[in-house]
Amino acid sequence: MSTDQPSETAGFDPTGPLTPSGNLRRRLAVSRLIRGLATLSAVIAVIALGLVVYVVIARGAPALSLDFLIKDPPPSGPGGGIRSAIIGTALIVAVGAVLATPLGVLTAIYLVEFARPNSLSGRALRMALDLMQGLPSVVIGLFVFGLLVKPEKADSGFAGSVALAIIMLPLIARSSQEVLMLVPRTLRDAADALGVNRWRAILTVILPTALSGILTGTILAVARAAGETAPLLIVDGIFTNQLTFQMFGHAVPNIPVSIFTAAEAADPTGFTRAWGEALVLLAGILIANIGARLFLARQRARMGL
Amino acid sequence: MSTSDPGGPVRPRVRIQDRPVAPPVAAPPAAANGGRPEVARAAVFDIRDMSVDYGTKRALDWTTMKIYRNLVTAVIGPSGCGKSTFIRSLNRMNDSVPGFSLGGQVLYHGHDVYARATNRVEVRRRIGMVFQKPNPFPKSIYDNVAWAPRNLGLKADLDARVERALRSAALWDEVKDRLKVSALSLSGGQQQRLCIARAVAVEPDVLLLDEPASALDPIATASIEELMHKLKHRYTIVIVTHNMQQAARVADRTAFFSLDAQERVGTLIEYDDTDTIFSRPADSRTRDYVTGQFG
Repeated sequence: MSTDQPSETAGFDPTGPLTPSGNLRRRLAVSRLIRGLATLSAVIAVIALGLVVYVVIARGAPALSLDFLIKDPPPSGPGGGIRSAIIGTALIVAVGAVLATPLGVLTAIYLVEFARPNSLSGRALRMALDLMQGLPSVVIGLFVFGLLVKPEKADSGFAGSVALAIIMLPLIARSSQEVLMLVPRTLRDAADALGVNRWRAILTVILPTALSGILTGTILAVARAAGETAPLLIVDGIFTNQLTFQMFGHAVPNIPVSIFTAAEAADPTGFTRAWGEALVLLAGILIANIGARLFLARQRARMGL
Repeated sequence: MSTSDPGGPVRPRVRIQDRPVAPPVAAPPAAANGGRPEVARAAVFDIRDMSVDYGTKRALDWTTMKIYRNLVTAVIGPSGCGKSTFIRSLNRMNDSVPGFSLGGQVLYHGHDVYARATNRVEVRRRIGMVFQKPNPFPKSIYDNVAWAPRNLGLKADLDARVERALRSAALWDEVKDRLKVSALSLSGGQQQRLCIARAVAVEPDVLLLDEPASALDPIATASIEELMHKLKHRYTIVIVTHNMQQAARVADRTAFFSLDAQERVGTLIEYDDTDTIFSRPADSRTRDYVTGQFG
């Protein structure tokens, strides 16, 4: 209808059909464009991941056999199974995780629960962790070599664990910190108001509430560390493929280094073996991931979340 | 901790004393005693010249008042008048607020709550608190109530203690068959009563309630108020509320806080028996507030 008085909304007819008019048409087009770009990016990311997984499976599957998984390789030379490398990687990564997880989680607890907000120590620590995350793993490898291997004059699986722990520590600490900050303040207030020490509250209320996130962050850190090759090349040595549980003063065979040597070996089957080992590594990380998530789902169900 | 306010110490600090308070230890109305002869009540809190600053912002001005044993003391007033700041200062819950500093003294049974030797965990052990929003732990109903006793080493006969706490919070009959169920599955009113049960499970001396019913519907509110009447026989209760009818219904004594006209700082305007505050307030600002002229 026509209006007698000029108004702010002059230019649209309230009785017209409810289809886009004016600059709404342009705004809708922009909105659609952004939405399309975001969707496309997500699809590309999934395709990249899918391609990697597909190629690893396609190339690695022919190498797989029961013998490949449960037999040791001959002491020198190519061929044979990779049992020693599977067990070695599990050992090195597990020891590294045992070293890094308590340190990382406690660091996060310090940052969230004990450091005053915006205090110098807190900010310095956060920055140190971020820098640590950016450290090239080969540098960490050299550092641990100088620290643990050179004085002992022997490669050592434990040195490999320490190097992986240094890689995992900032990842675990930062992800745990993020999750701890998500635990509602009100729970801390409730615990404080009951006259219970903060440490007991952290142990029995705050950590259990944040457990799922902390575990997810830890699994991601473990997955990242499990594939690290450079530090292991430096501190753990490439000249052994025999199963050993001697972490100190002995090189422990492992999958990443084994992939490296297999790919470099003067052996036509080397590449196939390398793909096979890559597939085993990938599957191992996936299984650990799924296992952790199942465990979490059970925990959450128990807590009624 | 001391204030830098130059005008502070010489200001007339006790507005409530503008008006002579009856006996030395102001006795509660007879009704609150159930008709028994009035006895001089022991003061649980003796608050002297308390002021609170957050950084450079003053939140609460010189406040002097006594809180008496086994009474319900209500703290009323408009938003931002320092009600919550006041009650949270009584058990040192403000310690974690950046920039918090307190002037004056808070004496609890004669002991300075803010003395150097005072441990705030011990303070809160005796002075429990329930918050505005129910905040049960993501644990079972049983574990919520049993959590503090377990952590304080009160493990003997834990089941009986949990039942006692849930009964005194009037929740037992509703949850006795599902103690292992997550507390988060309860309704808002039930969650708040669970929080009260959790607080009384450690048998504190004082219960501080910071707007405990403001997030609840009228029926849940009524059950919480009924609870106050029951609980005051055992505990000394301080309740912050922005609901004046609630103060009139549950409280024996009422403190009215408001914003100082010039400086916009929370100030204790009047503190007296609830009946007096609501029927014959001494201060015109109190009268305006309780009759709905303001706020």
